[in-house]
Amino acid sequence: MFGNYITIPHLLVLFPLLAGILTFFIRKESTVKAWSLLSVMITLLISIASIYFRNNKELSGLTFNYMWLKSIGSSFSLALDGMGRLLTFLTAFSFPIILIANYKTVYKNANVFYGLFLLAQAGLMGVFLSTDALLFYFFWELALIPVYFLCSYWGGEKRIAATFKFFIYTFTGSLFLLVGIIYVYLLTGATRYSDHNFSLTAFRAVVLYANQQNFLFWLFFIAFAIKMPIFPFHTWQPDTYEQSPTSVTMILSGVMVKMGLFGLMRWVLPIFPMAVLKFDNVVIGLSVVGMIYASLIAIKQDDLKRLAAYSSIAHIGLMSAAIFTMQTVALEGVVIQMFAHGINIIGLWIVIELIERQLGTRKISELGGLAHKAPVLTILLVIIAFANIALPLTNAFVGEFMMFSGLFKFNIWYAAVAGISIILAAVYTLNMVQKVFYGETNSITGSMKEISWNEKLVLVVIVIMIFLTGVFPQPIFELTKISVAPISTIFE
Amino acid sequence: MNAILLTAIWGIIMMFGGVFFKSKQTPKYWAIAGLVIIIISNYLELTTGASFFEIETKYMLSFNSFNLTFITIALVSTLLYFLLSGSDIEKVGDNVSEYFALIFFVLCGVCLSATYNTLLILFLGIEIMSIPLYILTGSDKRNLKSNEAALKYFLMGAFSTGIMLMGIAFIYGGNSEASFFITNINIGEGKMPVLIAIGMVFMLIALSFKVSAAPFHFWTPDVYEGAPTVFTSFMATVVKIAGFIAFIRLFENSFGKVQAQWQLLVSVITAATLFIGNLTAVFQQSVKRMLAYSSIAQAGFMLLAVFALNITAMQGLILYSAAYSLATIGLFAILIRMYDYTIDGFNGLAKNQPVLAVTATTFLLSLTGIPLTAGFQGKFLMLIAAIRDGHHHWLVFWAIICAAVSAYYYFKIIQAMFFKQAGQEIQDHGSIAEGATITTGFKVLLILTAILIILLGIFPSLITDSLRF
Repeated sequence: MFGNYITIPHLLVLFPLLAGILTFFIRKESTVKAWSLLSVMITLLISIASIYFRNNKELSGLTFNYMWLKSIGSSFSLALDGMGRLLTFLTAFSFPIILIANYKTVYKNANVFYGLFLLAQAGLMGVFLSTDALLFYFFWELALIPVYFLCSYWGGEKRIAATFKFFIYTFTGSLFLLVGIIYVYLLTGATRYSDHNFSLTAFRAVVLYANQQNFLFWLFFIAFAIKMPIFPFHTWQPDTYEQSPTSVTMILSGVMVKMGLFGLMRWVLPIFPMAVLKFDNVVIGLSVVGMIYASLIAIKQDDLKRLAAYSSIAHIGLMSAAIFTMQTVALEGVVIQMFAHGINIIGLWIVIELIERQLGTRKISELGGLAHKAPVLTILLVIIAFANIALPLTNAFVGEFMMFSGLFKFNIWYAAVAGISIILAAVYTLNMVQKVFYGETNSITGSMKEISWNEKLVLVVIVIMIFLTGVFPQPIFELTKISVAPISTIFE
Repeated sequence: MNAILLTAIWGIIMMFGGVFFKSKQTPKYWAIAGLVIIIISNYLELTTGASFFEIETKYMLSFNSFNLTFITIALVSTLLYFLLSGSDIEKVGDNVSEYFALIFFVLCGVCLSATYNTLLILFLGIEIMSIPLYILTGSDKRNLKSNEAALKYFLMGAFSTGIMLMGIAFIYGGNSEASFFITNINIGEGKMPVLIAIGMVFMLIALSFKVSAAPFHFWTPDVYEGAPTVFTSFMATVVKIAGFIAFIRLFENSFGKVQAQWQLLVSVITAATLFIGNLTAVFQQSVKRMLAYSSIAQAGFMLLAVFALNITAMQGLILYSAAYSLATIGLFAILIRMYDYTIDGFNGLAKNQPVLAVTATTFLLSLTGIPLTAGFQGKFLMLIAAIRDGHHHWLVFWAIICAAVSAYYYFKIIQAMFFKQAGQEIQDHGSIAEGATITTGFKVLLILTAILIILLGIFPSLITDSLRF
């Protein structure tokens, strides 16, 4: 049933899936925590193996194929390319970080919480691995449903309305994607068992007329744009980030938003190149407007979570703009930045969560002088904040630099306007650092204590990651080059 | 053939058995035993073609894999319904045996409307299916609402029967072959003859009544709400999907060649059904009434099969009817046991009855059409069918917008069960109605149903592979 041998891609999906299902049946809370930590660690090891074995000839394809719905031509096929490796590694890396950072948080019905948590990981892995359109759609939704339940059950006061908005938004987007997939599917070639098929190669081989591309492009794009989110589709995001439990916000902003960007690069650029060329200005315009808009709002925010949410919209805006420049350098920059942004934003959330847990508030106006009380935290945070504004030596610098040079080549004005958002990012990030960490301590912040071992550990790991990939990005380049090359050759 | 005769015979046995059965539980066991026998015999006929009866039907009935698969689905759904809600049928009134007998007669009608080859058998099938339902609707004799529902249903049903007979007469009159056979209607080349066109429109109206498609749906909410909830469950599932099979078989065999001439009409009916069903369901406070409107909305999706009328549509309709019946029967079985039928009555159910809440969530996700459930596969095939048809693309987009709306009201119940606190009254009383018991067997059955839905969601070929075109 599972082919000849067990391959890494399906381990990456099936292991968290089965581990998650098993978690539902564990009663004791400490066992649940230990078990989920163990399983995300195993997933991380599998993912590291997937990167390590990339030169091994036998496993170089790392694909897995099983005819699933024979009569309509869908197969359970998973494959790892460079971009997939990087993003599955991001998923595998961030889940243990999130778990350890929140290890002391007590969740009601812990078995359900961690079970859904692992299912979300399986869904995300599937999205980054599937090379079959229908399977991709399955995982796309499978990632959404656990997150919906996580947010609505364990979230803040207004969680039900906020996450419902999120769900309806993304569900509607997914339905458009589904219709788009069916349209392309009906134009694909036959297989041995069926008239058409869902495989990625078949989708890329389809010959589409310009008007078909234009119309299908939007069906796909809306689904991805809602997930990222970019400018007019972003309204669900700040509310959801604010109301979700922070560990889920970390999944959402660290990994899940990358689903949209990934979807664009894997499913939109290669299949609808003519439409991409036609609508590039529209999308880049929207993204750039969104960047400025989100940055301006971020400056005004008093709530730390909302600030991080808007800052995330601005960063994602730059990435989606860079994708539509179709420059090789920009596309490589996007892949690097997807990884870097995931790490940085999770670091930021961990700090916010820490402050909220200790002091019971996230309001910038009520905080101040944390540096006196928690110097280690402050140092670590300042590094993460620098990474958030992409200073040289940090991981985000490489990616942003490449994206900007792509944008610059495409159109100098877009680059100029987008550049303003970098300045604005420095304004709101440094403003936040100054107001929260420096200045006088007040009655609320007086009770702040230095952070505990598990928080120190994850923040240090994140900071090491920031410097490591900032100073020595070569391994990531190698991963991205292979997967970006086939996309960018289409446009040359 | 097995199913048609055995259901009729078993109906009669149940009817006369009422005199001899001592205990109130006995009829249920007899009914379940009979149904199991019928399912096995029907399954044998599906796989090996073996029939217990040698009757010359003069081609008035046809038993191909499509029809027999559908009958299997209808019978298995009924079995599930007996197992889950059988004890609730006993609570409706004193004439327990008769209720089961009537349900067997309905099943006989279902089998006839799935296998008919002539318009006369279609008429017989629809009538045999409807008349016992009028009685079942009014079976809660002391309840005024039940009486009102029965009368309304009967009058509306009689009206639509009249229209159907008119339609049959017109088609017969306009048919130069002078035959009632559905495959034998001479619609000529090009435009349909006027008489046949009128007859076809009448048939369309009459069948729309039966499947509660807009604008002929007005009886549905009142009847579904007034009828005892156990019977609503049966009406909304097995009977409704049987209506669809009759619908699609008539249009495929008789009017398939002139699809272009009536497709716009059907697409308008589909769009209206989707719109009215979904939009009205959003505003309902009573879950029972919401499910009535949701059944109209789901009918809208099934009408896409009639609209598209290709092989994918036929497969899709079979899968859709299985997914829809399983989920709705399960949901109704839970609803019957609730103390409060409003959405607020579901508040905090996850805490009191986690098994009920989790299985109900699976059913609701399936009705919404979330991947990994059978409901998704059904909706998916319907969309493929409609897009493959290539005409009226707007209908596809209309359908998915309506599907997104449906997520709104289905998820309201999920939210109530998991994320909301139970109100004071429910806290004092409990979510479950007095006298209703949640046995372990009931829970196991619900879990099995949920697993079946997920299994069909991953491997829809379990059903579609038995179809041979």
